[in-house]
Amino acid sequence: MNRIVEKEFFSKNVVKLVVEAPMIAKSRKPGNFIILRVSENGERIPLTIAGADEQKGTITIIAQTVGVSTEKLAKMNVGDSLHDLVGPLGKATEIHNVGTILACGGGVGIAPLLPIIEGFKKAGNRVISVLAARSKDLIILEDEVRKWSDEVIIMTDDGSHGKKGLVTQGAEEVILREKVDECIAIGPAIMMKFTSLLTKKYNIPTQASLNALMVDGTGMCGACRVTVGGKTKFTCVDGPEFDAHQIDFDEMMMRLGGYKKEEKADMEQYMSK
Amino acid sequence: MTTLEEYLKDRREQEWRVELRKKLKGKERTDIPRVHMPEVDPNERVKYQNMEVNTGLSKEQAIVEASRCMDCANPTCMEGCPVQINIPEFIKNIERNEFGEAAATLKQTSALPAVCGRVCPQEKQCEEKCFYKTKLNKEAVAIGYLERFAADWERESGSISIPECAPSNGIKVATIGSGPSSLSFAGDMIKLGYDVTVFEALHEIGGVLKYGIPEFRLPNSIVDTELENMKQMGVKFEKNFIVGRTASFDQLKEDGFKGFFVGSGAGLPRFMNIPGENYNGIMSSNEYLTRVNLMNASSDEFDTPVLKGKNVAVIGGGNTAMDSVRTAKRLGAERAMIVYRRSRAEMPARVEEVKHAIEEGIEFINLANPLEYYADETGRVNKMRLQHMELGEPDASGRRKPVEVEGLESEIDVDLVVVAVGVSPNPLIPACLPDLKVSKWGTIEVGENMQSSIPVIFAGGDIVRGGATVILAMGDGRNAAKSMHEYLSENN
Repeated sequence: MNRIVEKEFFSKNVVKLVVEAPMIAKSRKPGNFIILRVSENGERIPLTIAGADEQKGTITIIAQTVGVSTEKLAKMNVGDSLHDLVGPLGKATEIHNVGTILACGGGVGIAPLLPIIEGFKKAGNRVISVLAARSKDLIILEDEVRKWSDEVIIMTDDGSHGKKGLVTQGAEEVILREKVDECIAIGPAIMMKFTSLLTKKYNIPTQASLNALMVDGTGMCGACRVTVGGKTKFTCVDGPEFDAHQIDFDEMMMRLGGYKKEEKADMEQYMSK
Repeated sequence: MTTLEEYLKDRREQEWRVELRKKLKGKERTDIPRVHMPEVDPNERVKYQNMEVNTGLSKEQAIVEASRCMDCANPTCMEGCPVQINIPEFIKNIERNEFGEAAATLKQTSALPAVCGRVCPQEKQCEEKCFYKTKLNKEAVAIGYLERFAADWERESGSISIPECAPSNGIKVATIGSGPSSLSFAGDMIKLGYDVTVFEALHEIGGVLKYGIPEFRLPNSIVDTELENMKQMGVKFEKNFIVGRTASFDQLKEDGFKGFFVGSGAGLPRFMNIPGENYNGIMSSNEYLTRVNLMNASSDEFDTPVLKGKNVAVIGGGNTAMDSVRTAKRLGAERAMIVYRRSRAEMPARVEEVKHAIEEGIEFINLANPLEYYADETGRVNKMRLQHMELGEPDASGRRKPVEVEGLESEIDVDLVVVAVGVSPNPLIPACLPDLKVSKWGTIEVGENMQSSIPVIFAGGDIVRGGATVILAMGDGRNAAKSMHEYLSENN
């Protein structure tokens, strides 16, 4: 159960795994995530479902190695099994035909964006995707995104691929030249914050998918709480997507740093072994 | 068909019970003082998360305590038991040195006797109604300690009795959740011959027994032994399975499930919504206890971290607050404080937990409520402001209402705060069943027979009651099993 059937590194720190999970493959919808544990004494970590194959009974997850658990995950091989895997969690993306969708993906955030882009395209929308990352090798899933987009704009900090600049520059270019009905932004918190500030200026309804810290992922503990529109919401059951213009991004980013000291110490201990 | 009354009378008139009653005179029994439970020294036990505080009665202590029980013709103790354990019978079995029989008696009505013996608020249930308390104004028979003794003896002896099950009837039923209400339901249904599957969202079976109640009160290994017994009886367990998400109710019906018991619990934390509550270092008791009890965060061998504090404040006065503050002490807090808005006497926690907490050096700041939290430049909590209260007139629950004393505030340094002010029903199941009647608080509405507005769905435990106790959940599970059995027998 939960056997890894395919593994691919997109770059040194970004790994794609295809895992046997027939029930999740069947019941998942774009926007859902899973929680997994690599081993018996592992952490529970959330990862968005980047894709699924109902026929084969598999799901695709993409992770960036940012700490001990993702490092351990990236070291697993085809044939290994995840100790625990549960899903689908979170509210599915609300997909409807609104006209033109501007989809902004930052770094590994492109992975959860892909199924949403596919969903919106299938629903009959015009889809313009802006993919951004520090450099060329951190732009992932470009071909897959192209398949489901009417236009793809690539932005890199160093100009090694596409245009040189930030996601917001690519996004504003689109907004200034055509009517955009809705925006989806997924990526590092700071990227989503600034994309949201941009679209707010132009009154474009925007959804952001949050990557809060989680423990159970089923609404039980409140570790993933965020303030949206002045009210406390749980990313795992009320989200992970929220109306970006209502999200207190500064508070969210502060909470993401809540275990920095512990994470750093654990990583140092792990690397020294 | 015998009524319970007739059954109890019949059991009481068995020759061994009659003989045993004759062995000691009434006064010889009532002169014996109540036994003291041996406990690990407080200074020693606060060093360890995994060390059980109560070490259990010895054989000799158990037999002497059991002899105090008068084997009343009208056992009022049973009125206090939510699962109607045949209390006089199990106690008298202990008195006559038939510990295995005592355990078997417990198992007729309770799927988790080693658990109940440890966590029931006996002082509000069976022991409150004991003849000693009500008629003699003396300390009750230590029913809880004896229940624990019998269950532990059986587990340690290695010869665990598996209750008899009716022949399989091939009817599939499911529970959602694997906490005390579901386990209790499953235990009864398997005995009735049903094909039972317990579905659990988390990666461990046991619900609040595993993630909520700490090792020093209820070791997870004990829960595992009870679970193993259930597996032996044929109950199936599916972990990492969220009914309604991983598979829908309709899919499960297609798979042949005829009845569902929802025991998904009150796993939704409650916060106070006061300024600063989202700073780092402030978490719900569910989060704190799940990290430590379920994910073993205090151990280096496990990857999940937990924040530690020197000055820890736990807001609340129930068992969860006690569990949280005593855990913080064990994790190295210099000051481990309870902040509760009513007085010490009105704290709803189990009497024994408060006693143990006091012995362990927990500070009690009663008649106080947090107003606001402050943080350092990284966003980590470092101080809280308290409003002080005094007791006014009783409110609807009969308890004196705490009233703010205008202008009486104080500040304390804190670097970790655990909010244990109550829990709400988990929203996952109601969210996937739009036709299910749910109250405004999110609890599933059921009739006296635990049946919901959807006939094949029954519910019990905290999802029906809001945050309550293990034993009440078990009573609901038993009640639901009886009702579902009647319903399926009529409708199949």
